[in-house]
Amino acid sequence: MAAKKKKVSYLNILKEGIITKNPTFIQLLGMCPTLAVTTTVANGIGMGLSATFVLICSNFFISVLRKFIPNKIRIASYIVIIAGFVSAVEMAIKAWLPDLASSLGLFIPLIVVNCIILARAEAFASKNAPLPSAVDGLACGIGFTLALTIISTVRELIGNGSIFGVDILGPNYSPALIIILPAGGFLVLGFLIALVQFIMSKLERRSE
Amino acid sequence: MLNLLVISINAILIENFVLVKFLGCCPFLGVSKKSETALGMGLAVVFTMTLASAMTWLFNEFVLKPFDLEYLQTIAFIAIIATLVQIIEMFLQKSIPSLYSALGIYLPLITTNCAVLGVALLNINNGYDFISSVVYGFSAGVGFLVAILLLSAIRERIAYSDIPKPFRGFPIVLIAAAILSISFMGFQGLKLPF
Repeated sequence: MAAKKKKVSYLNILKEGIITKNPTFIQLLGMCPTLAVTTTVANGIGMGLSATFVLICSNFFISVLRKFIPNKIRIASYIVIIAGFVSAVEMAIKAWLPDLASSLGLFIPLIVVNCIILARAEAFASKNAPLPSAVDGLACGIGFTLALTIISTVRELIGNGSIFGVDILGPNYSPALIIILPAGGFLVLGFLIALVQFIMSKLERRSE
Repeated sequence: MLNLLVISINAILIENFVLVKFLGCCPFLGVSKKSETALGMGLAVVFTMTLASAMTWLFNEFVLKPFDLEYLQTIAFIAIIATLVQIIEMFLQKSIPSLYSALGIYLPLITTNCAVLGVALLNINNGYDFISSVVYGFSAGVGFLVAILLLSAIRERIAYSDIPKPFRGFPIVLIAAAILSISFMGFQGLKLPF
């Protein structure tokens, strides 16, 4: 219905999902996995990609089924659809990437309750055609993965002196452990969002 | 009994769900603007988590285990939690409308509070029995309540301070949460005398 009224611009969807409406830095959704798994870059990317897969699939299927799902029980239906894909991802990761599975642990099944996925289902997939919805899922997934990669790079570099487990800063660097500990997650994210807001305000001023 | 006490102290202080385990961060950061709403949210979470722990444990023990369906845990648990939240919502709407309107959008969002699903899954992973699961669910909820109340009190104080422009809004809240988290790290040195 909505798709008929206006033409969808895939480029615009991609731009919104990745940059201007980045789910982590701008919309501040999905904070739990963002804070919890970004202790190493590998974990961050693994989490990002798993969530991206779930986002694409769930957005596509919810959009296909959007005319059959009664309005009153839509949230519950969305969650069951999402949970199905998450279980599939969970089994796949456990089978093929046991190391990643053990380091992400509880946070793989918890992708179900990642607010980004439900927010996209509610805000986009329930109103748009399947293909744009899948693209929207991809865009938000990339945005999320990108954010996780940035946060985890900062945290691993400062907290462990390495990236991808490879020593970067050399043996003379004494790692600031606090950054890898839970408190560091809040701290790094706080400073990164402040940086994003600073850049945004600079850009706005320039465009004026 | 002592065992249960250890479980609850662990869940409330030493491994606080929000500040150490990062479960339930969204409502923690989203609903903590005012103490009153934070209190309402916290109480709703305590209630939901206790009930959800009990129901998911029973479902796992008597339905999933006998039929070897444990791989369906995630789907089954989230469906139970979603139903539970729906029932609580209808109940609040009818009997405590003031709390219902104060919680607003955040009530249905308890479904997607990862602390609730997290506690259900942790109960099973830790191999708790029924009583321990309920106690763990309740204490984890209390841990959430404590954390969100502390943060909301801090936020009410910093609301009127002169904060550098880029740090306004979420960043300063995250930094306050970081300091709160550091102080909770102190509890890790807590040696329980039994």
